[in-house]
Amino acid sequence: MLEAEIYITLKKVVSDPQGLTIKHALESMGYQKVIKDLRIGKLISIKLEVNDKNKAEKLVNEMCKKLLANPIIEDYKFRLKEIK
Amino acid sequence: MMIKFGVVVFPGSNCDQDCFYVIKDVLNQPVEYIWHKETKISGFDCIVLPGGFSYGDYLRTGAVARFSPVMNAVKEFAEKGGLVIGICNGFQILLEAGLLPGAMLRNKNLRFICENVCLRVEKNNTSFTNLYAKKQVLKIPIAHNEGNYYLDKNSLEELKRNQQVVFRYCSASGEINEKYNPNGAIDNIAGIINKQGNVLGMMPHPERSAEKALGSEDGLFIFKSIVKFTQKR
Repeated sequence: MLEAEIYITLKKVVSDPQGLTIKHALESMGYQKVIKDLRIGKLISIKLEVNDKNKAEKLVNEMCKKLLANPIIEDYKFRLKEIK
Repeated sequence: MMIKFGVVVFPGSNCDQDCFYVIKDVLNQPVEYIWHKETKISGFDCIVLPGGFSYGDYLRTGAVARFSPVMNAVKEFAEKGGLVIGICNGFQILLEAGLLPGAMLRNKNLRFICENVCLRVEKNNTSFTNLYAKKQVLKIPIAHNEGNYYLDKNSLEELKRNQQVVFRYCSASGEINEKYNPNGAIDNIAGIINKQGNVLGMMPHPERSAEKALGSEDGLFIFKSIVKFTQKR
């Protein structure tokens, strides 16, 4: 079996007020010198009844394009890992 | 001639009854609810996608509702020139369904905003706004968490070139300025129409400002415009 871990983030050109707020919070805690940027996204994990990696990749791409990510405002990437 | 409206009900819609009430009791036109599982819609002149939190706003607002069976029928209805108006969550669903361009982001201030806003009518030669004067300022409430309308620069230029912007957030005197932008929407955009002119999406709630007792009846004229346009058709 394969598990897909899908990361969805707002595109760089889209402002991320949530990320900015968290960045400010960390900065006020004393991390202002070490944080360059902070973005918030979503993690979706899907256990697939599929063993073939190519097939799984094709399916996950399809799911992301159709529903999981909105291409106007979001980017996605994913990795597949073997699970028992 | 009576104009028949259909109000789509998704799981989580919560402005469906307000729309139904305004159409039936204030506008005095026939109206029916359409459950989201319906695969066919017929006999309607105008379909309303009401506000609310369809599917709990899970994933993204409107993202799941666009796959409701009824949406295929709504698409077909729109392709044939039928009038479709999406209000608030209904607008978000139209965006996700690709019936209108762009996407919604969370409000810039990260807060749910529920207040009266001023809107300037940017386009009054539409099926939905023909009873307003151009640049007329309307008082209509908003109530949303994701009303920060976004689309990329090129698409925005195209939208403006095609005169698809119908409403913009403004001051009481009609001035357009970032100061009067409640949610961060690009170019103060509050409502847009498709190129063909039969699908309108707007974040403000005209059904909540359709009677004097509610402080404003500015929103009623959207419904009245639809009736006027359809009767002339």
